[in-house]
Amino acid sequence: MRVANKGLTQGARVIPFTFDGRGYSGLEGDTLASALLGEGVRLVGRSFKYHRPRGVLSAGSEEPNALVTVEGVPNTRATVQEIWDGMAARSQNAWPRLELDALGVNDLLAPFLGAGFYYKTFMWPRPFWERVYEPFIRRAAGLGHLSGKADGAPFEKAWAFCDLLVIGAGPAGLMAALAAGRAGADVILADEGSRMGGRLLAETDPVDGRAPHLWAESVLAELAAMPNVRLMPRTAVTGVYDGGTYGALERVGLHGRARADLPQECFWRIVARRAVLAAGAIERPLAFPDNDRPGIMLAGAVRAYLNRWGVVAGPRVAVYGNNDDAHRTARDLAQAGLKVAALIDMRGEARVEGAAYPVLTGARVTGTSGRLGLRSIRVDGLGGPRELEVDCLAVSGGWTPSVHLTCHLGAKPVWDDRLQAFRPRDGAVPGMVVAGSAAGRLTTAACLADGLRAAAEVLGDLGRTVPPMELPAAEDAPHAVAPFTVGEGSRQFVDFQNDVTVKDIRLSAQEGFQSVEHMKRYTTLGMATDQGKTANLPAMAVLAEALGSPVAATGTTTFRPPFVPVPIAALGAGGQGAGFAPQRFTTSHEASVQRGAAMTEAGLWYRPSYFPRPGEATWRQACDREVDMVRHAVGVCDVSTLGKIDIQGPDAAAFLDFVYANTFSTLPRGKVRYGLMLREDGFVMDDGTTARLGDRHYLMTTTTAAAAQVMRHLDFVAQVLRPDLDVQVLSVTEQWAQFSVAGPWSRELLQSVVDADLSDAALPYMGCAEVEVMGVRGRVFRISFSGERAFEVAVPARHGAALWRLLVAQAESLGGGPYGLEALNVLRIEKGFITHAEIHGRTTAFDIGMERMVSKAKDCVGWAASRRPGLLEEDREQLVGLRPVARSGQLTAGAHLYGRDAAATRVNGQGYVTSVCWSPSFDTSLGLGFLKGGRARHGEVVRLVDAMRSVETLCEVTDPVFLDPEGGRMRG
Amino acid sequence: MRVTCPYCGERDRREFTIQGDDTSLRRPGRDAGAEAWHAHVHLRDNPAGRLREMWYHDPCGAWIVVERDTVTHAVHGSVPAREAAR
Ligand SMILES: [Zn+2]
Repeated sequence: MRVANKGLTQGARVIPFTFDGRGYSGLEGDTLASALLGEGVRLVGRSFKYHRPRGVLSAGSEEPNALVTVEGVPNTRATVQEIWDGMAARSQNAWPRLELDALGVNDLLAPFLGAGFYYKTFMWPRPFWERVYEPFIRRAAGLGHLSGKADGAPFEKAWAFCDLLVIGAGPAGLMAALAAGRAGADVILADEGSRMGGRLLAETDPVDGRAPHLWAESVLAELAAMPNVRLMPRTAVTGVYDGGTYGALERVGLHGRARADLPQECFWRIVARRAVLAAGAIERPLAFPDNDRPGIMLAGAVRAYLNRWGVVAGPRVAVYGNNDDAHRTARDLAQAGLKVAALIDMRGEARVEGAAYPVLTGARVTGTSGRLGLRSIRVDGLGGPRELEVDCLAVSGGWTPSVHLTCHLGAKPVWDDRLQAFRPRDGAVPGMVVAGSAAGRLTTAACLADGLRAAAEVLGDLGRTVPPMELPAAEDAPHAVAPFTVGEGSRQFVDFQNDVTVKDIRLSAQEGFQSVEHMKRYTTLGMATDQGKTANLPAMAVLAEALGSPVAATGTTTFRPPFVPVPIAALGAGGQGAGFAPQRFTTSHEASVQRGAAMTEAGLWYRPSYFPRPGEATWRQACDREVDMVRHAVGVCDVSTLGKIDIQGPDAAAFLDFVYANTFSTLPRGKVRYGLMLREDGFVMDDGTTARLGDRHYLMTTTTAAAAQVMRHLDFVAQVLRPDLDVQVLSVTEQWAQFSVAGPWSRELLQSVVDADLSDAALPYMGCAEVEVMGVRGRVFRISFSGERAFEVAVPARHGAALWRLLVAQAESLGGGPYGLEALNVLRIEKGFITHAEIHGRTTAFDIGMERMVSKAKDCVGWAASRRPGLLEEDREQLVGLRPVARSGQLTAGAHLYGRDAAATRVNGQGYVTSVCWSPSFDTSLGLGFLKGGRARHGEVVRLVDAMRSVETLCEVTDPVFLDPEGGRMRG
Repeated sequence: MRVTCPYCGERDRREFTIQGDDTSLRRPGRDAGAEAWHAHVHLRDNPAGRLREMWYHDPCGAWIVVERDTVTHAVHGSVPAREAAR
């Protein structure tokens, strides 16, 4: 209900919304929780396990109970979610409806459903787990439900940098930000609330002689006017990471109707030289039988709903606590004209002067009633038990500093007897100072002073001084609190969200799960979406009592990021669908797509698989035709994705001799050589061709897959291994478009666009030249990856698209055309050329038959390790060709090889298959693979077995080069 | 984590590729023998505390030697590998 003349939202615009389909209205500035309470709604959901009716417990992000589905988004905290015009919210975990939930029967079964129940009960019979038990548990337990559809809502992620990040805009945070702002520091002030001010918006005790929210407003106005201060409301700092990096989640559009042009949330990574943590404190509930009925709320939350939002959960309220702060709730309620049925203080020694309501000291609440909402409480104290009729019970077990962020780098908090809680360890996070109630300083005056102190400390580190400032006057009342104790009775809930009771924790201790971390996992305490913010400390106290040890010795569980739930959509914003990874397109991309080419991904690149022609129904038909075309006419293929690295300098030749296993200093200018690159452990890293363009100028090509790795490696060699060499290396992959022109007619085709002599005499096999290509300075390399006479022609990338169209048109006039990756792969397998399918990181130069290329006359990366005897043994798996004995026999990549009559078992393994294709040139399947001692076994028949695909084929072992072993076609 | 590239300044660790400790700065001679090469290629200390590591700053192509505490993750400075290697 609304309380007359109370609340900062008085006179605000009326906002209609619905809850479970019924229309309600609230005021602008209301959360869904305050608006529902204002409308007299106490029941907002059913609990996770027992389906017990639940209402709002808190007034902040620590809320365990009031989780609702808003516009399809499940598990939204009603205490954080602001309402907007027409917002539709629904309750969760109730069927058929909130007031009448069929699975409420679970509550009657509660004696059987305690901690460890699932582990003990659903173990046997084993096959029942997947088919019977798990589906049942999944239906019965749980909170909201996902739609199962992709979340199309926009999200964002961003970086921010500052001198000082102030986390929390309550009294301590505001004071720290004000001091730092006035000192000229670059400040970000982040607060998870929609309105900054923290507890100053929830209290009535004056600050600086004014209502506390007015003081907050004046400070915020000054901060907003400072160009060096950024205010980030609705932004929860979620995690602390190394080097002063903080994660934060901003609710950008979540407080209004969804808009296509506005992100729902933004995940920030904030890099701050220093931070002041002023995250405040979280109130603890108390344990007593049936302490979870709607209407039972934290005392500080009751005060916040009354003073900030002008609402209360009902006209008759009782207050129950073990500390002085609870008294303030009774005082504020009475001052607002509400009936305070009683102030119940567990402490016999508690004193209250001049109260206008009954004060029961040394008393306990021992039971409650009310099926869907609190109706009455039972109080035991002096003079015997009594029943009080109330709609709302405000409970307080004291305040727990929000130490979470101080623990994210591994520090454990320390026990504080005065607070009966853990407080942050000094220096827990480098560069972060904790201030205010987060540090256990609970009065407003202490918070203000501590904020100023913290600012002065970090500003000193930043080389700035705080200008003289006066501390505003504020309340400084004592905050004494008694230890957390538990009385008799069942259904005393500790973790409301996961339905963990005092009894569960005691059972855990009794059954041997006594470490706090074991207890947590056995009972699931603190493992729900609220991460036990209100539950952890009471649970530690119950466990400590059960074990007969102090809480300090029991310790805490581990606090990990995020502090509040972060949607994956925000963390991965921009990474959905096509934006999942960067896309690299060649200059021929558009033309290929226009021709209907099937594009495939090669790393980040997109390359055509094949170019289908009318009448071709399968990729194989297109691929076979393209292979034929290259073998008998001419084909054009974009090979720009190969890595291209420009290498220049007086020591360029010596550098390449060190990088490659073979020698490049002897390569004449105008020539190209195949090069093999090793890792330092002696295995093959990559291969490719390198051309000598000048005495001090080489151009290296790498495989597409290893381009970035090889570039990093060359930088490593130049800077780390051989800084004595005067050489520069630079990736020019993006700068050049390069096309392969392959086939018997390749020279005729290329001659039509290149103004240079391309005859065998002028440009022999493995020659290169700088040439004019249609008036543009380009390069021609006489190299072949197909076994045919072939050239690669390169022009600056801006001319690539035009040259591609021209080459394709000319090829078609010669009976040829473009070919894609599938044909390229067939052509290279027929010729026995290797790719990373063969040089997969576990093969040596010896294995692939290139051991003689490893020069013994010089040192190179990998030389010493490649000489290890084990890497040169004749029975190593060596590269071979494989051809099915029966022409129609099937080969599969990944299949294993066995002796002809040996069983297909691991110990009989002789090798494996790396590449296969259907070869139109030989009218059979062909394969490459590795076979023990394979080079000496040409002609032998082995058995190929692919257990995954049920393929078994007899194969003849051959030389890996099937086509034109003498190389006449390439050279001539 | 923040790492300082001597050329570009302080950057987020996502801009870097890390390649283990700085053993590679002490590459044995070609004929140093199997034991020396085995140690160089395969054996690494794994100290709890300060460690000199090889980092590559992908955007600028610089290899740098970063001194980092493996316990606290604190970064205690960095120098170009080219200088450390001389
Ligand atoms: Zn850099």
